[in-house]
Amino acid sequence: MQPTRTEGPDYYHKVVDCQWACPAHTPVPEYIRLIADGRYDDAYMINWKSNVFPGVLGRTCDRPCEPACRRGRVEEEPVAICRLKRVAADNKSDVGPLMPPVAAKRNGKRVALVGAGPASLTVARDLAPLGYELVLFDGEPRSGGMIRSQIPRFRLPEEVIDEEVGYVTRLGGVELRLGQRIESLKGLLSEGFDAVFVGSGAPRGRDLDIPGRKEAAANVHVGIDWLSSVSFGHIEKIGRRVIVLGGGNTAMDCCRTSRRLGGEEVKVVVRSGFEEMKASPWEKEDAIHEDIPILNYRVPKAFTHENGRLTGVTFEIVRAEYDDKGRRNLVPSGEPDEHHECDDVLVAVGQENAFPWIERDIGLDFDRWDMPQVDPVTFESTRKGVFFGGDAAFGPKNIIWAVAHGHDAAVSIHRHCMGEDVHDRPPPGFSLVSQKMGIHEWSYDNDISLDLRHRVPMLDKAEALKNVRVEVELGFDSRLGFAEAQRCLNCDVQTVFADNLCIECDACVDICPVDCITFTEDGEEADLRSRLKAPALNLDQDLLVSGALATGRVMVKDEDVCLHCGLCAERCPTGAWDMQRFTLEMTHAEQMGGAA
Amino acid sequence: MTYIAKPKLHHPALTPNALGYLRRDYEGSVSTLCAGCGHDSISAAIIQAAYELDLPPHRVAKLSGIGCSSKTPDYFLGNSHGFNTVHGRMPSVLTGANLANHELIYLGVSGDGDSASIGLGQFAHAIRRGVNMTYIVENNGVYGLTKGQFSATSDRGSKSKKGVVNHDAAIDMVSLALQLGATFVARSFSGDKAQLVPLIKAAIRHPGPAFIDTLSPCVQFNNHAGSTKSYDYVREHNEAVNRLDVIADRKPIEVDYEPGTTISVTQHDGSVLSLHKLAEHYDATDRIAAMAYLAERQAEGEIVTGLLYVNPDPGDLHGALGTTDRPLNSLSDAELVPGQAALDRINAGLR
Repeated sequence: MQPTRTEGPDYYHKVVDCQWACPAHTPVPEYIRLIADGRYDDAYMINWKSNVFPGVLGRTCDRPCEPACRRGRVEEEPVAICRLKRVAADNKSDVGPLMPPVAAKRNGKRVALVGAGPASLTVARDLAPLGYELVLFDGEPRSGGMIRSQIPRFRLPEEVIDEEVGYVTRLGGVELRLGQRIESLKGLLSEGFDAVFVGSGAPRGRDLDIPGRKEAAANVHVGIDWLSSVSFGHIEKIGRRVIVLGGGNTAMDCCRTSRRLGGEEVKVVVRSGFEEMKASPWEKEDAIHEDIPILNYRVPKAFTHENGRLTGVTFEIVRAEYDDKGRRNLVPSGEPDEHHECDDVLVAVGQENAFPWIERDIGLDFDRWDMPQVDPVTFESTRKGVFFGGDAAFGPKNIIWAVAHGHDAAVSIHRHCMGEDVHDRPPPGFSLVSQKMGIHEWSYDNDISLDLRHRVPMLDKAEALKNVRVEVELGFDSRLGFAEAQRCLNCDVQTVFADNLCIECDACVDICPVDCITFTEDGEEADLRSRLKAPALNLDQDLLVSGALATGRVMVKDEDVCLHCGLCAERCPTGAWDMQRFTLEMTHAEQMGGAA
Repeated sequence: MTYIAKPKLHHPALTPNALGYLRRDYEGSVSTLCAGCGHDSISAAIIQAAYELDLPPHRVAKLSGIGCSSKTPDYFLGNSHGFNTVHGRMPSVLTGANLANHELIYLGVSGDGDSASIGLGQFAHAIRRGVNMTYIVENNGVYGLTKGQFSATSDRGSKSKKGVVNHDAAIDMVSLALQLGATFVARSFSGDKAQLVPLIKAAIRHPGPAFIDTLSPCVQFNNHAGSTKSYDYVREHNEAVNRLDVIADRKPIEVDYEPGTTISVTQHDGSVLSLHKLAEHYDATDRIAAMAYLAERQAEGEIVTGLLYVNPDPGDLHGALGTTDRPLNSLSDAELVPGQAALDRINAGLR
């Protein structure tokens, strides 16, 4: 096969599984090394630059990085990347002075941001230092969007939100107009902004229109609205027996919040099987830990009521059947319906976008699902100068996606305001720097820790359930944080091979602890994969294939389970292997130049 | 050397052998040899062979003398018995150990200095006595530990790293072993594990003195132009006479070579050696012909590798001496000290 092309940023970026999986491409191994080194401020700022809300995300991120983590393929569990981010946030000193300075002069451009959640705040973060004037509108009295309204305080304390929203709003040029819901995009456009960004989220919780819904209305609540009311202090109690309908993370937040507001018998009931629930595995675990049973394969049929008061929910019991194409159908099991008594029901069966405030005659096209047509690269709508991001763009995802959208939209807005083509976007920059310090010394710690994943200490359950505003996770202390950080394999320190230097002595093959390296006759990729020292069965992971060597063979390295321990390079007599740190410089508005 | 220990984490696809051990379980501590040393590849080949043969680590004794090669038993079979002897004296210690307990598997690891210079006599006598062992010489043709002088196996006319030409004749250990009566003689190359691993497996299964001369380039002092033991030189002049597959315990032989070019040799213990011929007329069971062929090719400057000679039904030292069937450590005091009456009987028999 052709020698692997490693010239651009993509080949080595993909090797850093966590960074590749992160929508914002946060340089995870780099900040984990800084945490291990006790350099919490620097670790925080690296995060802040790429994901804006390290303290928030360190508690709430959906962590696409962790299932991707290489450590999870060589032992039982991935590195606790998410909670390490929190270690940086918890242990940092005053990072105020490290923040970008207020722009020396304004650039005269005004941008309206609809919604003051993570997407809009990211746009503001990226554009404020360039001298933009940014006006954030939000219908709620406080900024933060769903971070504040939907995520319960026992998972995310108010101070963390205030602090991190504050870093953005203090960048200069940011004006918050809270409690001011935009009712007409046409009207907003007429105010002469140079660009508009819509980051208004997916604010409408789906309801469940089954018999009894109207009659029992007083005790049937839409999950995200109810969570928001709890967050803003409008609701402080719930009935003793609570049923939560739905299997996503909102359902998990609803049931755990209920346990803290007087719910003693709280249960979650889902249509699907337990395994297919949308909630993250750790969120399910946390709910179960708080004595909340999760009943699966039950479809709600009716709310029962008496004298205008909810008495319970009737469920049809179903089972999963799969057709030839592997699609799942829920079919009645034939068992008699079940009735579960309760005092309150929380409906958390999904949420949707709603754009009643966007006129349909302003050149902004909607698709057949009534979603705005948004370019997935530029985030521009079909109306020039109007951009979307976060849940408002492509439906409900999570905070880290909103941040990633925000960065990309900010690039477009900057391009647009400078009169340039929004499609003209420079690729990310990158560098590879040798980590060699001496014959056997590297500027990273290559001695692999054998620790298994450390558990995050939790507040005692009885204590935690007493108060909805007391944070339940205590976070790693610096000692545990160090131990967990040492589990990181430093996948950004790349094994770079120079075939012109190799003498084919096999030293790298012999020392490699995970049988990554093979010298063999060349062949097509599928053939090569089958005859390596350990077969390369993970097709998501690339092969690094050299050019022809002196014997005519090629060097093939399977990236799949490489520990990045650098022993191949230590045992290489000619320096054909080198360990080089890959650094990716994402294209953010501030790197674009042409500003202010 | 490397400062960190080789990480314990291993490839998730590794499979355990019949004893439940992974290949990684047959490793030793991390090598302290120079980067790129051929000896490390030989260690890796021994590890692979021991894993594939399902060797119980505690039934293996590895013995060595002094030198870079003789350090290597520390780097493989970390759970086996080891004895690092005085320079050149490994063959005697191995012979003694074997006499005391012939139930262990004996692996002698030595170098060209240890076996061809200071230990040449020891080597010769262990071979000619027929000690059941696998004797591996890691042959780099240079004294690496003392910074690159010619060794006794350096070829006449080859050049040192500084450009000095060697005027002494070389000792060819393979020819010596053949002449002295080794019943399994092979030569291989550290850079060719596909050849080396089956040879080590066959040698371990061979119930007599098995000798493998393994060319093992010294990257630091003998891997330059003018050397006849460099990676490049050995690759250019390597003439393999056959390819070996070891099929243990009479399992069916899968032949994927041209018919008529593969011969099977069944050893005394039932292991089957399937030899694929590369040199048309080479017969690995004909000792005299082998010696002639080797001398002829050597004169041409070629390095003949492969299984050069095997006697499938050899005798060994214990058979010749009629020793007890049981290891000495399993004999009781009464058996070891049979008393005056027994001594009298022996003395009477000698009158």
